[in-house]
Amino acid sequence: MARFLVRRIAQGALVMWLVSIASFLLFFAGGQGPLSVARRIGGKAASPQLLQRIIHDHDLDRPLYKQYWYFLFGNGHGTKGLVRGDLGQDYYYQIPVTHLLKTAAPITLSLALGAAVLWLLMGVASGILSAVKPRSFLDRFFTGIALFFYSLPTFVLGLLLLLFLYFDLSTKAHLHLFPAAGYVDLTQNPWEWAHHLMLPWITLAVVSAAAYTRLTRSSMLDVLGEDYIRTGRAKGLTERRVILRHGLRAALTPIVTQFGIDVGVLIGGAVITETVFSMQGLGYQAIQAISNQDLPVILGIVIVASAAVVIANIVVDIIYAILDPRVRLS
Amino acid sequence: MTIGNVGGGTELDVLAEGELEELPEAAKVIQGRGPWRLAYERLRRDRAAVISAVIIVIIVACAAGAALFATITGHGVNQQFRIIGETPDGFPVGPGGKFWLGTDDQGRDVLVRIAYGARVSLLIGVVTSLITVTFGTIMGLMAGYFGRFVDTLISRIIDVTLSIPFLLFAVALAAVEGGGSILLVVIVLAGFGWSSVARIVRGQVLSIREREYIEAARSLGASSWRIMFIDILPNVIAQVIVYASLLIPLSIVGEATLSFLSIGVQPPTADWGAMIASAQQGGVYQAAWWFLVFPGLALLITTLAFNILGDGIRDAFDPRSDRLFV
Repeated sequence: MARFLVRRIAQGALVMWLVSIASFLLFFAGGQGPLSVARRIGGKAASPQLLQRIIHDHDLDRPLYKQYWYFLFGNGHGTKGLVRGDLGQDYYYQIPVTHLLKTAAPITLSLALGAAVLWLLMGVASGILSAVKPRSFLDRFFTGIALFFYSLPTFVLGLLLLLFLYFDLSTKAHLHLFPAAGYVDLTQNPWEWAHHLMLPWITLAVVSAAAYTRLTRSSMLDVLGEDYIRTGRAKGLTERRVILRHGLRAALTPIVTQFGIDVGVLIGGAVITETVFSMQGLGYQAIQAISNQDLPVILGIVIVASAAVVIANIVVDIIYAILDPRVRLS
Repeated sequence: MTIGNVGGGTELDVLAEGELEELPEAAKVIQGRGPWRLAYERLRRDRAAVISAVIIVIIVACAAGAALFATITGHGVNQQFRIIGETPDGFPVGPGGKFWLGTDDQGRDVLVRIAYGARVSLLIGVVTSLITVTFGTIMGLMAGYFGRFVDTLISRIIDVTLSIPFLLFAVALAAVEGGGSILLVVIVLAGFGWSSVARIVRGQVLSIREREYIEAARSLGASSWRIMFIDILPNVIAQVIVYASLLIPLSIVGEATLSFLSIGVQPPTADWGAMIASAQQGGVYQAAWWFLVFPGLALLITTLAFNILGDGIRDAFDPRSDRLFV
């Protein structure tokens, strides 16, 4: 197990390193010269001397590989480098990028994890019900719903929910079931936190749950055909025990894989949902940074987001081993 | 997409029986049917798939004949009707006799714009899927066939592309390269999509490579490229086609999403995602639901039809595989 872990983490670190190179090259080397970056930091009224100073101070006049080296390990005076958790400062307010990430991350985490729990429950439950009685009315019903939501883009669903469940309900029926957009901190008021997240959660969960319904159904149907399920029934176990304990456990493997990928991606920024519901999480910040052309912020968010995916994948591999003893960790 | 064996085989049997009954006595000649013919015949019997195909044909016709909508209604795609197309306070006008599906925030005809928007969606959806699948297949073939260094290199690139959140990266790229364009959308979608195709193809090639007939080809002196494209490719092409058909709706949604984030197709080009984006701006859709609902519906119907058809194609090529949707 230890050897496997070390290897897996080393692999993850390698991928992260490659990601950092790819994004550094694309964002810093892509098109924009040092002068335009300096203008953004110095403002429109900056004198040529000031611009030269900024270029020098930010190492923009150094060769690219040196800049990348500074980005990773710091330049000795200003930044400490990525390896020490420093992502530099943003171009506009000169505040550390990590500071911005720290305020945005809890919002995205609340959104992603809450939605993940919701869709896992919906997807797995409907998938099991479908698999237990394939081709039944219930199966077809869930299939239809899954197909519908699978084809519905997130932003369309989010806006429709806002229109019908928030706007029309509160203006036409005077029913204030859901609040408008926004985010309330969990530590401030847990009830308001959940209340404000309700529509975003539903939006994300419903769209994702559709895929999980299908995944659970097919995986469960595979497992229910196995001999040990028949053995379980033959020795007189209750149907509930056969399906939930013996069936589901084995059927969970592909679901865990997909779940790891999806949660990782979401933590990296539920760009669409955050935009639709104006929640200032990582995805929203990324969009803001982009309209400001604030490269360090963009780069920081892309790296954090990729790290989330890589870590989620490692966690998935570990859960694999726990769930399915047949998986050999070598 | 896992492979199970739900209701496996039965469809094949039914097909064979039905075939025999239909044929008149004299025509009962034994006729070889290749896998392509079999797949096509199975697909033809899939009612949901046939209906979807008809819907797709209608959507394509709408896209091709978009100008016809403009002629019939008398409203140009970018023509703004400041007086009849907007209320005195400058809000969009609802669906009615003049504007069948209402107008947008600038007094333009929503119906005409949806028809023109179908062009962008279908074009990008199909073109992107083709590029993605072609590139992914070639990479997967190379990784699986050559192995060693080539495999390691391509597999690492696949890992990296799968680890970078696509949407964030797309948005960031658009910012760096300055604004959005159709080309950027295609590059971004294909640049991230190919890795899944490559992974599937690579897995297939790894097992096919060890077969005897490949060894035979090699001992006869066939070149690597010949073996890859003449001997191996036909064995993976069915899977690739299935993946491509399910990739089209994903690309269409991807394009609409990028345009919704205003990094895709730029105004004033009519596009479904961009229409929904302008409906969202300033909360226009709260006063004009048609401006949100109709483009959204167009998007939903299109992706739904492609998803059902793609699912049917998968089932036709491999009736033993579990269907995504029953």
